[in-house]
Amino acid sequence: MRKPTFSIGGVHPHDSKISRECRVEPMPLPDSAYIAVAQHIGAPAKPLVAVGDKVKVGQPIAEPGGFVSAFIHASVSGTVKSIAPRADLAGNPVMTIEIAREGDEWMEGIDLSDTLVTEIPDDNKAILDKIRLGGIVGLGGATFPTHVKLSPPPGSKCERLIINGCECEPYLTSDFRCLLEKGEQVVIGAAILKQVLGGVPCTVAIEENKPEAIAHIGEVIARLRKQSPKYDGIEVMVMKMRYPQGGEKQLIDAVMHRQVGSGALPISVGAVVQNVGTALAVYDAVLKNKPLVDNTLTVTGECFPHQANLLVRVGTPLRTILEHLGGIPDEAVKVISGGPMMGKAVANLDAATLKGTSALLLLTEKQTARGEEGPCIRCGKCAEACPMGLEPFLLQKLSRIGDVEALEANAAQDCIECGCCLYSCPANIPLLDIIRLGKADAMKAIRERAAAAKAAAEAAK
Amino acid sequence: MKLLVSPNPHIHSKWSTRSLMTDVVIALLPAAICSVVFYGWREALVLAVSVLSCVGFEWLITRGLMKQKSTICDMSAVVTGLLLGMNLPFTTPWWMVMTGALVAIGIAKMTFGGLGQNVFNPALVGRVFLLVSFPAVMTTWVGPVHFADAYTGSTPLSSVNEAILNGTPVTEITSQYSYGSMLLANLGGSAGEICALALLLGFVYLCVRKVIKPWITLSIFATVALTSLIFWGVDSARFTDPAFNLLSGGLILGACFMATDYVTSPMSTKGGIIFGIGIGFLTMMIRYFGSYPEGVSFAILIMNAFVPLLNRWFKQKKFGRA
Repeated sequence: MRKPTFSIGGVHPHDSKISRECRVEPMPLPDSAYIAVAQHIGAPAKPLVAVGDKVKVGQPIAEPGGFVSAFIHASVSGTVKSIAPRADLAGNPVMTIEIAREGDEWMEGIDLSDTLVTEIPDDNKAILDKIRLGGIVGLGGATFPTHVKLSPPPGSKCERLIINGCECEPYLTSDFRCLLEKGEQVVIGAAILKQVLGGVPCTVAIEENKPEAIAHIGEVIARLRKQSPKYDGIEVMVMKMRYPQGGEKQLIDAVMHRQVGSGALPISVGAVVQNVGTALAVYDAVLKNKPLVDNTLTVTGECFPHQANLLVRVGTPLRTILEHLGGIPDEAVKVISGGPMMGKAVANLDAATLKGTSALLLLTEKQTARGEEGPCIRCGKCAEACPMGLEPFLLQKLSRIGDVEALEANAAQDCIECGCCLYSCPANIPLLDIIRLGKADAMKAIRERAAAAKAAAEAAK
Repeated sequence: MKLLVSPNPHIHSKWSTRSLMTDVVIALLPAAICSVVFYGWREALVLAVSVLSCVGFEWLITRGLMKQKSTICDMSAVVTGLLLGMNLPFTTPWWMVMTGALVAIGIAKMTFGGLGQNVFNPALVGRVFLLVSFPAVMTTWVGPVHFADAYTGSTPLSSVNEAILNGTPVTEITSQYSYGSMLLANLGGSAGEICALALLLGFVYLCVRKVIKPWITLSIFATVALTSLIFWGVDSARFTDPAFNLLSGGLILGACFMATDYVTSPMSTKGGIIFGIGIGFLTMMIRYFGSYPEGVSFAILIMNAFVPLLNRWFKQKKFGRA
């Protein structure tokens, strides 16, 4: 049988998972942690501590700044040294809480033992509260606050929970290692999420290039199912390898054959998607009382001698991580936070990790150099590759001339910035770079129109 | 340490304009080699003059006239030159080949703004220019020289065309040809027409390498087969049969290598299929009712003009927008 995958576009970059055999190892604690208050989608969190305060690991140090926002916890114990803007990985200032570490003292009530807890409490409200208080956000890249995603707006109903274990970005292996080493916890986390969503069926989607994870999770589910009916209805789905399968809209299309409309949320087609790392964090928060203070990070690259999957405390400087593994090799010219297709190039190595930092990838000049731009030969490879069914060659032209109306009519706002168009373009036209600007203009026009309509409606009242 | 910072994606596929064009050249090689084997050094001369003058003219125009960086490294001029040469009889004099190359590169390609901007397939414009300017040379074909039964005279299609004009049954002509030999070689005609199997081999190579998608080509073949099946079914004495039409003339070269030219074919699969139907139908109309024996070149050029419209009308389905 043909393995399921999404229906439009996509590319097949070499998967380059060279760090797949590296077990997750704890990274030595940093001397100081730099914890940004804006590390999720939505409003930045508001600091709860003052300079000079003593904090313990797991202690909330910032509270949600709005409905779509999240708690932030101290990831090391010590003294709050400063609360001030600090350059993030792009060099932009972000309000950051600096903690000078002293020892490793955890808050009381946090269960740090390895004992596996398989009993899931029945009180969904209490579970949701623990997820919210645990500062859990989506760890698949978007860092959307998980408790918000788990509270569907009135009128919408969840029909399926999808646990995203695709890890379709080349090089990344942190989700793969979690599935292998913490398979039980991930499945229990999935069962918790499933229960909160009303006992809907759950699909764990894993791409075919991770056969060990597919086999292991299958066994784990079978084992847990014997213990409690709460583990019924969780299935592994083996996906065809294709980028960007882990994109939320693409994954829902692949698993449920439903397409989320333009500007709509997954819940509009009855889907909730959570990443493998998020499921693990949910297990920790709900059953171990452990808030999100660390996450798994892949450090990799062909030019890098010490591939690793590390358990890193949130707020560890990137430079510290790279130095722990022997420093940056001379051939490396680019450090990427995330994967090679959607990751961000790091401009400032003193920036610290965030909850959603999934990888540090080092590329050589040869690996990352863009060829010289040539004329468009109208081969249509960009349109073929676009997973949203857009026409990048056209959007690029419209962006260059600034035709916002035509950009909107041609759905520039639907672009998910996956990079497939630029990846495929034989003429090396910086399609996504330019379309991103046009997309911003189109989104702005849509927002302004919505705001004007709202104002007009208010005035009519 | 200095870090390189640029937006995503940070890696690129193996494709480049040059690699795609090189693949097309590789795909054309079997047929080109076959033609040189059949026709000998004069065929090699036609191909060489055509390729060299196309590349030379592009270099002269970009460097000499436009004072820009030369674009010959993208290999597209080589493809045009090879295609033009394969569309000409091996008896074409060298200066005529050069004239065709000048029209192809100078008029059809560079005046429109170079690679990617041309509306019409450059090699076909060059070929059609020579066809209407020097009809005698362009329609006299000499059979393969290495074979005992080499002949001078007309191609199957021009014999059929004469028969239709004279009112004699076409079966008298078509019965002279066996489809097996048509598929393999030895028909008389230009390099691009001589060995159908070699051309199809190249087409399969392009599809396997994902340089092109097969839809345009298959759509042309299907339309030609269907159209001729209908006409042949109605009057088999007047109209030639599907197999004859598929295997004769420049249909295979045109459908596999000229109609699939990126620049002058539609972007979407749907548009490509309509484009192919147009080419197939027009080809058959010209073959059956036109005064030229062969219609593929004209059909492709006519449909080239519709490409902007097809691109506008037939877009691929957007995600989540029914």
